[in-house]
Amino acid sequence: MKTIRAQHVIEAVKELCVKANYCLPPSVTEAIRACREAESWGPAQNVLDRILENGEIAREGVFPACQDTGITCVFVELGQDAHVEGNLKDAVDEGVRRACAEGYLRRSVVSDPLSRVNTGDNAPAIISFDLVGGDKLKLTVAPKGAGSENMSRLVMLKPSDGRRGVIDFAVETVRLAGSNPCPPVVVGVGIGGSFDQVAALAKKALLRPLGQPHPERRYAELESEILAEINRLGIGPAGFGGDTTALAVAVEYRPTHIAMLPVAVNINCHVARFQSAVLEGEDHADPTYDAPDQG
Amino acid sequence: MPIRLMTPLTKDKLSALRAGDEVLLSGTVYTARDAAHKRISELLEKGEEPPFDLKDAVIYYVGPSPARPGEACGAFGPTTSGRMDAYAPALLERGLSAMIGKGERAQSVVESIAKNGAVYFGAIGGIAAINARCVAAKETVAFPDLDSEAVCRVEVCDMPLTVVIDSAGNDYYRLGVERYLRQRKVQISEVPED
Repeated sequence: MKTIRAQHVIEAVKELCVKANYCLPPSVTEAIRACREAESWGPAQNVLDRILENGEIAREGVFPACQDTGITCVFVELGQDAHVEGNLKDAVDEGVRRACAEGYLRRSVVSDPLSRVNTGDNAPAIISFDLVGGDKLKLTVAPKGAGSENMSRLVMLKPSDGRRGVIDFAVETVRLAGSNPCPPVVVGVGIGGSFDQVAALAKKALLRPLGQPHPERRYAELESEILAEINRLGIGPAGFGGDTTALAVAVEYRPTHIAMLPVAVNINCHVARFQSAVLEGEDHADPTYDAPDQG
Repeated sequence: MPIRLMTPLTKDKLSALRAGDEVLLSGTVYTARDAAHKRISELLEKGEEPPFDLKDAVIYYVGPSPARPGEACGAFGPTTSGRMDAYAPALLERGLSAMIGKGERAQSVVESIAKNGAVYFGAIGGIAAINARCVAAKETVAFPDLDSEAVCRVEVCDMPLTVVIDSAGNDYYRLGVERYLRQRKVQISEVPED
């Protein structure tokens, strides 16, 4: 059993949250650059050039990449042999508060969806907890903008709708979203599980580095097929037309009921932010950042 | 080449603009999004004055991030305009000449734009750091309790925009995609068959 201090969780969440808002993951920048190279439509090329330039300015650390610094989604993977000293949930929220103040992030969270009073500090985070093997704590912080989140959809299909039904629903979601979610978008698709689990799967799919296909071939092929159909819509960067409507599609699936085929499509904008760190126990207290997406 | 425009945007400056034109806007814009629009429309319904003169004015749908010390403004990109559709026609009737945002507008807004000879500019969503560098000065003029949603008077210089809905009611979100798809069809048909 290793002990992780809540103070380390606070610091890690703060750093990851600030970094996510200023430094796009390399896989996202690479995907935008690759789409720019391949883009055939002039107005779309101009928009993609501006998007790449924006990423470079944000990286200097003065202005976040987007003014919507999001509602902070935090994914906690806690090893069963790790113990957090103090309150883990409170520590995550405190990290979000400090990121908001120290990172000059926008205060974008209201305490009540109907009375709509701003909490003033971006807390609370949307936290998802997962118990995993081992004695470490992995934190992934993904600030999520509302423009794209508002364009997301969920449906309970019939099993007879099958693979085609999944593709049609995903493509239709992007078509209906049009220019609203700041295309080029990243599309997370959840399939299976239950009404609640499928939405979480779609969100989790957005955390996969762009360009990394699903490990199972038939799901990797499904991702390519959905991506190709989305990019035939012609919506293009900023909605001004073009080849590049989506940068990537990622699918996650889970077992489901004999009578169900839940599908959720979570849209992310091109400012597809996420950063991760792994915290080890007391004798190795410094976070080691994930290599692939260190910005 | 982009068209340089300077506020106030009197209607005569807008009539020549066409959907798809690229514009560099300089001068004064007012920030207002969801909560500010609700309050402004409540004032108008009560017969009271809005917090700034709407005649020939430009409203930017934006809630900036906080400015760092020494900077005029934080990140300054557009929010989704559709959420302001319910309020826009009443403001256009009172002389508002332009709105800046992103995303499609309701038919009622397109009709009001055409009727009043106004325009809707699209800003590229998510290039908020570039737009921040276009801000010379920013000052809160109403509803400071709304924090990032307060109404601010902002002096901008060469802010890059695209005419999305022109004063004749043409919509570039539709036209741009149509032009692209037409061109792609031509390209596909030109590929020789083996």
